[in-house]
Amino acid sequence: MRIIFYILQKEFRQIFRDKVMLPIIIVIPMIQLFILSYTATFEIKNTRLSIVDQDKSTTSRALISKFSGSSFFTIASYETSYEDGMERIKTGTTDQLLVIGKDTEKKLSRKEEASVLLVTNAINGSAASLMNAYASGIINDFNRFILEDQGPAGAVPALIAVQSRHWYNPKLDYKTFMVPGILVLLVTLIGMFLSGMNIVKEKEKGTIEQINVTPIKKYQFMIGKLLPFWLLALFELMIGLAFARLVFSIPMEGSVVLLLGIASVYLLVVLGLGLLASTVSDTMQQAMFISWFFVVIFILMSGLFTPVESMPAWAQNLNRLNPVAYFIQINRMIMLKGSGFQEVSGLFVALCVYAAAILSIAVKRYKKTA
Amino acid sequence: MESTANNRVIHVRELVKKFGDFVANDHLNFDVYAGEIFGFLGANGAGKTTAMKILCGLQRPSSGTIEVAGFDVYKQSDQIKKNIGYMSQRFSLYEDLTVKENFQFYGGIYGLSATEIKDRTRQMLESLQMTTSADMILRDIPLGWKQKLAFSVAMVHRPKIVFLDEPTGGVDPITRRQFWEMIYEAASKGVTVFVTTHYMDEAEYCNRISIMVDGRIEALDSPAALKAKYNAATMDEVFIRLARAGVRSMNG
Repeated sequence: MRIIFYILQKEFRQIFRDKVMLPIIIVIPMIQLFILSYTATFEIKNTRLSIVDQDKSTTSRALISKFSGSSFFTIASYETSYEDGMERIKTGTTDQLLVIGKDTEKKLSRKEEASVLLVTNAINGSAASLMNAYASGIINDFNRFILEDQGPAGAVPALIAVQSRHWYNPKLDYKTFMVPGILVLLVTLIGMFLSGMNIVKEKEKGTIEQINVTPIKKYQFMIGKLLPFWLLALFELMIGLAFARLVFSIPMEGSVVLLLGIASVYLLVVLGLGLLASTVSDTMQQAMFISWFFVVIFILMSGLFTPVESMPAWAQNLNRLNPVAYFIQINRMIMLKGSGFQEVSGLFVALCVYAAAILSIAVKRYKKTA
Repeated sequence: MESTANNRVIHVRELVKKFGDFVANDHLNFDVYAGEIFGFLGANGAGKTTAMKILCGLQRPSSGTIEVAGFDVYKQSDQIKKNIGYMSQRFSLYEDLTVKENFQFYGGIYGLSATEIKDRTRQMLESLQMTTSADMILRDIPLGWKQKLAFSVAMVHRPKIVFLDEPTGGVDPITRRQFWEMIYEAASKGVTVFVTTHYMDEAEYCNRISIMVDGRIEALDSPAALKAKYNAATMDEVFIRLARAGVRSMNG
């Protein structure tokens, strides 16, 4: 125990003495949390819409005013022909083109079917489907308005009215959805990079040799090396949670203690991975590259930015090996749904198994004689 | 100094270390006795550092019988580590810690008590005349001083044998001299000093020296005996005569 104390003392002295790293460890994650929470959003506002109004009637003007009144659209231009409008789409100066054909009002007044053309720039597929959905919503609304306007009350076909209630995130606020995930990302980065870098740094500087000739036990060295970053990452998570609460008013429906308890196991996985990266590399550059490689894959597949459900089956299976995915899911469940231990126990057990496996591989791979 | 099996502290028979096809140590045989200053000489790449790392338990031998401080390197490396000190070729104290903190850390992981650490730190600082620098960050201390500190740290747990791998590389002549005074002092207290060096004047300070060429020990005796044997005026001549025959040396 005393030996571990001396290693811890040394590690903390080094961490707190580093006038560059310490602020980076504390401040940078907060900045990341702040920036990512505002920017990592799927909402699309201010879609640039160009309009070709060949009807020039009261009806067409009413439809156009529906679009210009929506916060999702800004009218980029009025064009005289479909070709002109398409030119704008090609040059990228507009995102969507709405063509209202000639005689639209006339057809409607004769109770005939009229149609409008909607062209969307779909280079970004998911953005395009959102723009389409918003535009269709406006047109459907307008449609109902015409139907009600035209016939006598009884003539309007009865529609099934859908009322939506969004549970766990009632205002559909993307920050509520993103922040718990981004918190996971931050502790992952801290845990994986700092722990791995730290050991490789000793290899690079040659100080590890001096330690390897001492009778220090492997487990003492490992605990001394991992515990400081485990504490640091938990501390970081607590600051992040406070930040989420105070700055973004993200609710904390579940138990903070449960969340921190699970985080402490999750961090063992992450620190173990950092340790593993350090055992297979001789320089900080190599360790950095290996860690980066895994972190990028873990994050992109984690369900932070894209729903896991829409990934192909093989990717979903691969995701069973992704600790970030587990913890993001747990974190969202606890923070937003208020899930208790019962609900997350399956995921938690998976994390425990993962931690045990990774740590034993990493410790096994770490050799005092090298 | 008596050279009997009783006070033998390092015992090496048929030590072989291979890295793939490359034979770094080719059937080495030697003994080192308590209180002796044993010089381990050889050109760059001759295999000195590899042999030393094997003796310290930093590398595993391919074959051979090796005992250090009476313990077997294959099975009892923990006991060996308690009894040896090591100062590597590369400076290996923590540059971002103070002099005192370095002592404290190494004293601590060798299992010394808090009072032992305190007392020994004070003693060492006094003998190095560095009492006023105790709280200086190592980064700000000149190399010669750092080397002396590294030697003191290697001795913090009072080992029976201390291994020094080119301890005076890049150090000025005055500090080198002081360094050798420290070595003599340690030897006078019964510590065995196993030292590699490139400086032939330093070789003269050793009780016995071995000269390695291409992974083999080509000569092993006292400096005077070697000079007589090779009919040379200085150790320099002896070394060059032996090392010139080597294939791997002289170009690395």
